[in-house]
Amino acid sequence: MRKGLFYGLLFTSPAILGFIIFTLGPMIASLVLSLTDYNVFKAQTAFVGIDNYTKLFSGEDELFYKSLGVTFYFVVLRVPAVIIVSFVIALLLNLNVKGRSIFRTIIYLPSIVPAVASAMIWMWLLNPDLGLINTILGWLHLPTGNWLYSEGSVIPSVVITTLWGIGGTVIIFLAGLSGIPKQYYESIDVDGGGWYSKLRHITIPMVTPTIFFNTIMTIIGSFQVFNEAYILTQGGPNNKSLFYVFYLWRTGFRDTEMGYASALAWVLFVIILIFTFFVFKTSKSWVHYEGGERA
Amino acid sequence: MFIVPFLWLLRSSLMNLSQIFTMPPEWIPKPFQWDNFHRALTVLPFGTFFTNTLIIVAGVLIGTVLTSSIAAFGFSRIQWKGRDAAFGILMSSMMLPAAVTLIPSFLGWKMLGFYDTFYPLIVPAYFGGGIFNIFLLRQFYLTIPRDFDEAAFVDGATYFQIYRSIILPLSRSAIIVVALFSFLGSWNDFMGPLIYLKSDSLFTLALGLQMFQGSYSAQWDLLMAASAAVVLPCVIVFLVGQRYFLEGITLTGLKG
Repeated sequence: MRKGLFYGLLFTSPAILGFIIFTLGPMIASLVLSLTDYNVFKAQTAFVGIDNYTKLFSGEDELFYKSLGVTFYFVVLRVPAVIIVSFVIALLLNLNVKGRSIFRTIIYLPSIVPAVASAMIWMWLLNPDLGLINTILGWLHLPTGNWLYSEGSVIPSVVITTLWGIGGTVIIFLAGLSGIPKQYYESIDVDGGGWYSKLRHITIPMVTPTIFFNTIMTIIGSFQVFNEAYILTQGGPNNKSLFYVFYLWRTGFRDTEMGYASALAWVLFVIILIFTFFVFKTSKSWVHYEGGERA
Repeated sequence: MFIVPFLWLLRSSLMNLSQIFTMPPEWIPKPFQWDNFHRALTVLPFGTFFTNTLIIVAGVLIGTVLTSSIAAFGFSRIQWKGRDAAFGILMSSMMLPAAVTLIPSFLGWKMLGFYDTFYPLIVPAYFGGGIFNIFLLRQFYLTIPRDFDEAAFVDGATYFQIYRSIILPLSRSAIIVVALFSFLGSWNDFMGPLIYLKSDSLFTLALGLQMFQGSYSAQWDLLMAASAAVVLPCVIVFLVGQRYFLEGITLTGLKG
């Protein structure tokens, strides 16, 4: 087995080195940096201990709480929206409709569009004066909106634009749905239940592992939204879309406060860990595994 | 709902400004302004952006396919002490937000003198090619019967020969999946080029388009034509490799 160890390490060495160089090393460096006042334009860098963190949490940095609030709001709005909408679409696609594969392709297509291009399309569609959305609302005599340009509607508008890219989540749901054995539904037919009892007693319990997986991935992704913030809104209006990672980028790369930005990054890491841990914990009560095995 | 924004993009990219703003909106350009594409792609050096993007995408693609398939082999077809623990540690790094490593990585590349070059965008792909891809390929390799390796061993094959002549040919479709995702990931990457590239002459299409938006914000006809031109290659690649894409996502569930 000595030979195995040598070859095993040889084959995996690029990956292991990559992990050390591009993940572990920077992680440690980032933690150390977060304890300094490192700024590209400052001659001297001092070790400041937990000062950056105190500054963050003491309320001295209003924008920290603001960006945290914006991001939480976005996550709370987006995660259920993504899960529910993609689950419903997957249910529809799972019916034996004609041209299923064409629909599947159409729904997945937007998620491959480069973020900049997709942002451009949505800025145009949501344009208050010239956009298609307000035009249609106008025809229907419904109230139109300022979408990305109003403090109240900017976050919901960004959520809508990201819903365009849920194709990946839909496909994962479809995979989960196709794994449900047909016999289970037959037993409901025998008992005289309709589509609702099928959904309630078979489909949903059987796809809980998929719901769980998609929820975790969507939460992790939503906390880290950046492209939309940078391209669509630049944090505006009045910092109402100051997404956390956008604020972090601005602090580190525009204001060159890299020590402070590293502290921001670590706070985000801890928040994501807590959320993921929390979902994992509660999952024991609602995620159903076929073999009785639990996450 | 999913297709309308595409049609809107396409129709706007082929209209002149006054027709774009006609109310109620028209869907068929009259006449087709094919010239928009020409104008949009020449006001900024989109040719250069395109070449830059291709260089980066090709570099990343080769690195990713090469090193992720080798690493996945080491994590699945070779028995060694500590293998699963090492793989577990690598997997756990998927939870780490990219923001945590962003600043030290930037400073590291800058110190090495590689700021404003393609190296920071390409080189990391040669170090494992991303844990997602290793995971995907490892899952696939694990489904290949062990007897194949053992028979080859009896014939005196080395690990490398087994990888080359048994595992690689059998996992063509999984490799295509990795290649396609790698293409899209790097074609669509915005934050990486935004941070590491400064000179316009090194800009990628994503950055170029963003720059375009900044300078020609009122020229919706040109903006839409440029956007359509950036989207088009992605759509073509997707349509060609569609089957593999959908399989790949199902296999790994790697899209949030």
